[in-house]
Amino acid sequence: MKIGEFVQENKPLGWNRPPHIEPDGEGELLEVAMGPHHPSTHGVFRMDLALDGERVIKLKPVFGYLHRNHEKIGEGQSYLASMPFTDRLDYICPLTNNWAYALAVEKLAGQEVPERAEYIRLILAELTRVQNHASAIGFLLQEMGASGTPLMYAFREREKILDLFESLTGSRMMCNYMRFGGCRVDITDEWVKAAKKVVAGLPRFVDEFENLLASNEILMARTQGMGILKPDLAVNAGITGPMLRATGVGYDVRKVDHYGIYDRFNFRVPVGAVGDIYDRYSVRILEIRESLKMLEQALNEIPGGPIMDAKAKIRGFRPKPGEAYGRIEAPKGELGFYLISDGGPNPYRYRVRPPSLINLTVLEDMCLGHNVADVVLIFGSVDIVLGEVDR
Amino acid sequence: MKTVEEIKAAIEAGVPGVEIEIVPNPSPSGQHSLRVAPRHAFAVAKFLHDDAEIALDFLSNATGVDWLDKEVSEKVKSTRTVTKMVDAVEQTVEETVEETVKRTVPGYLEAVYHFYSVQKKYGPVVLRMRTVNRTDQVDLPSLTPIYRSAEFQEREIFDLFGIVFTGHPDLRRIMMWDEFKDHPMRRDYVSPDDFEYEPTPHDEVLARVQARQAASAPGQEGAAQ
Repeated sequence: MKIGEFVQENKPLGWNRPPHIEPDGEGELLEVAMGPHHPSTHGVFRMDLALDGERVIKLKPVFGYLHRNHEKIGEGQSYLASMPFTDRLDYICPLTNNWAYALAVEKLAGQEVPERAEYIRLILAELTRVQNHASAIGFLLQEMGASGTPLMYAFREREKILDLFESLTGSRMMCNYMRFGGCRVDITDEWVKAAKKVVAGLPRFVDEFENLLASNEILMARTQGMGILKPDLAVNAGITGPMLRATGVGYDVRKVDHYGIYDRFNFRVPVGAVGDIYDRYSVRILEIRESLKMLEQALNEIPGGPIMDAKAKIRGFRPKPGEAYGRIEAPKGELGFYLISDGGPNPYRYRVRPPSLINLTVLEDMCLGHNVADVVLIFGSVDIVLGEVDR
Repeated sequence: MKTVEEIKAAIEAGVPGVEIEIVPNPSPSGQHSLRVAPRHAFAVAKFLHDDAEIALDFLSNATGVDWLDKEVSEKVKSTRTVTKMVDAVEQTVEETVEETVKRTVPGYLEAVYHFYSVQKKYGPVVLRMRTVNRTDQVDLPSLTPIYRSAEFQEREIFDLFGIVFTGHPDLRRIMMWDEFKDHPMRRDYVSPDDFEYEPTPHDEVLARVQARQAASAPGQEGAAQ
């Protein structure tokens, strides 16, 4: 499908609301609070369900169990002091969070990033994407009843990537690595060698994963035609990332915004055809493959030079009054930061646009009419992290 | 790719009688925004969504900003006639005096929307609207009927800033619990002494309660709770 075909103009107001489902009249409705400690909710998230037998006829997501008002904390401290806090948003992919925040501040202050730092950022972001998608698929299969094995396979590869992060940044998950105008520490030749080795081993893992799963009968039976999302609703509801691309809309911020050095790389944007769980799974697998191609290219042609802009100011950093909205393609979707500066050392307004929260907008639409057991799968295919949903 | 000026002209042609102005952004990001009067905001958003040329079909980010009452001091020059003794003779002289006049600019709450176009691949187009004040007239029209992605984000603005969105299908608190009273993202928000009520506060909480009670005026004790 070509981009733009999803649009149907002059729809009546209210077309984008979830449909109303009538109970069949036999027996009583059952109200279930699924969560906040349900093992399938990836943290503390609750769904208030109304069930007619096994069928879901109403679903209301309930948030806030992990709310710590990240944005208020960000307003009370300097720009740089928020950088480690961004690690705690989506704690599966800290480096893309760092990048999104650094990008927004660089837009606000008009800073340049040296070429070598751009390469390092891209390598780390794509490694993050690989490990996020691998573990997202692992979690999805775990919830499908494939107890243990796929998740352990995914985590085995994820550990190799986290080892790379640890040897570079000092921490597996709380990396705190990017700075405004560059990166914190330089990569060494040994690190590049180790990264090349890890990247060279990953296609074999993806092949193995796909051989075991793509034509698996149980996986197909439980995911195909399940939780279908239509492209017009997906765009209208602000869905981004693999969720949006699985519906057939080839919208990728890496291609659209040309941030960083992504236009030097030749990569394709995989799209789905139906928009069901199986498409979301396939899009993630294909995105891993595209990321691996990019990683190979980037690791081979990484240039020398500084990793910090020489004019970047670390101490007494006060951007001029103004505002900026910067966004990147994080593994879960479009991660944006909106900053308003009043000329002081702290941001006047610090806003995170969380892809995980906004991707849940259509959870009810996708789940209505399905069985409770499938709600677990549909929810798992959205791929959220509660640290980012609740902030 | 369209500039803010072109979009403003298109809106003025498409929505008759609209009150809209460009808010310049001095930062290097160059993301200038459009401020629209709340009573026209819904029509403007509908136009931006439906117009085939502009086609802003994707609302990326919706957020609130709190602007407190501001005290602005201005220097005003005025001329007046004074009687003075010049060379032991009483004379009338004109004299220019510079005075500092302080006035208060009332605060307001602001909702900011960042639109992109998935079809035409451009953006962001920034739309903002203001409430009348920060206390009782805090309602703005909801854009959720046009852009579903505003559903949770407007709930969040309502929860954390206290802007009431009229026309929102499900306006409830989203992050804070339902019994919570205040709006934590406001600039003048003071967090309670203790989030879990105890009849007999002790230790750090007691110190906070006592400090708060000492700071508040006599006769208003207990208001700090």
